[in-house]
Amino acid sequence: MTDAVKLLPPLTDADVLRLTAGDAVLVSGVLYTARDAAHKRLMDLLAAGQPLPVDLQGQILYYVGPSPAPPGRVIGAAGPTTASRMDAYTPTLLGLGLKAMIGKGKRSAEVLAALQSHRAVYLGATGGAGALISRCIREARVVAFPDLGPEAVHRLVVEDFPAIVINDCHGGDLYEEGRRRYARPA
Amino acid sequence: MRQIHTDRIIDAVKQAAMAANYELGQDLWAALARGEREEESPAGREIFRQLLENARIAREERIPLCQDCGLAVIFAEVGQDVHIVGGDFAAALQEGVRRGYGEGYLRKSLCHPLTRKNTGDNTPAVIHTEIVPGDGLTLMVVPKGGGSENMSKLFMLKPAEGWAGIRERVVATVAEAGPNPCPPIIVGVGLGGNFERAAYLAKKSLLRELGAPNPDPELAALEAELWDAVNSLGIGPMGLGGRFTALGVHVLMQPCHIASLPVAVNIQCHASRHREVVL
Repeated sequence: MTDAVKLLPPLTDADVLRLTAGDAVLVSGVLYTARDAAHKRLMDLLAAGQPLPVDLQGQILYYVGPSPAPPGRVIGAAGPTTASRMDAYTPTLLGLGLKAMIGKGKRSAEVLAALQSHRAVYLGATGGAGALISRCIREARVVAFPDLGPEAVHRLVVEDFPAIVINDCHGGDLYEEGRRRYARPA
Repeated sequence: MRQIHTDRIIDAVKQAAMAANYELGQDLWAALARGEREEESPAGREIFRQLLENARIAREERIPLCQDCGLAVIFAEVGQDVHIVGGDFAAALQEGVRRGYGEGYLRKSLCHPLTRKNTGDNTPAVIHTEIVPGDGLTLMVVPKGGGSENMSKLFMLKPAEGWAGIRERVVATVAEAGPNPCPPIIVGVGLGGNFERAAYLAKKSLLRELGAPNPDPELAALEAELWDAVNSLGIGPMGLGGRFTALGVHVLMQPCHIASLPVAVNIQCHASRHREVVL
């Protein structure tokens, strides 16, 4: 793999513009976690005109529901979950300044269009590598919706969290490009 | 008549649920190592490297391979000469799951389908009980992740569609799933039976040792053809492009109604976790 690009949130337009589908990245700093239940709560707050519990400007959302932290550990296994369950909510959050998401699996056409119009990226982490990824996580605390348990919004501090750019803000799509490169007649 | 106390059953299920989540089976280790050697795509090889390292960390540090510790499926084979004492058999299986997920720091991933309220202890497990000859009790505990289960499908084909129709549906299911179910996947195919039996066969086929040939030569040939077809899709590890979209395809088959051709495709992620205990 080529040398990884270091990403330090909060991200700017310039950080996002230089990323291309297929780039390896290492994220260090703060990530906020949210799965579909937390997204639904965020939408309900917005609909009620209430402030969100976290300012998403320039931030990265990580789609994860970690397993419980055993004694002596910061967090349990913490790999990515399927991103498409968040698709319905994502364009709204990109409109609030969200700059990147980390997950796994395909995004909708609406999300891909919103990445381009809002200058944001979708990053893929290795699904099922929850034990490995947990080693990059230095701190974890719940900052919203504690009643959701593993689905609560956590603030994570990570160091060299490995991911790969799946969808950049120029229309690049690693899933499509990778598949085209290796597909052959059956 | 041989007696088995429910306390032993509870403890066996608890230990199996924990071990299945921490320790990848030897067959999976071998399949991932082969992938790391043979995958053509550099990004794909890197995924295999990460998955092997992940398995080492999980085993050594006793933390789950994947944060999705699954819905617990239990296949119980109860010898007809066994007398279970001390309480309710199904309740003992559920208690074992409750303790394994609680004491093992495994994620509780079950909820009410409509309110989405978490049940809090990862119960109820899905239990399949079969009465078999003898006085043994075999429990297979299978934590099944949600991401790959979501990509699974059931088809009630017309008999005229035959093998070509079956093949087309299996390949289309894997193609549509793409990167979502955490490839490299294992594809379980259930052929025949009826509506629910096909799905059961598909799930049960996943439990066969990965890399071991199907004992039925006819099915072994069909598996090889399907494996080649899905690996020609180019999806590759984590969907980044590559040769290994699937680590294997398993087929179980049984007769069906003359009017029917049920086909179930159960997708299993690379973290194929199952642990057998014989009491």
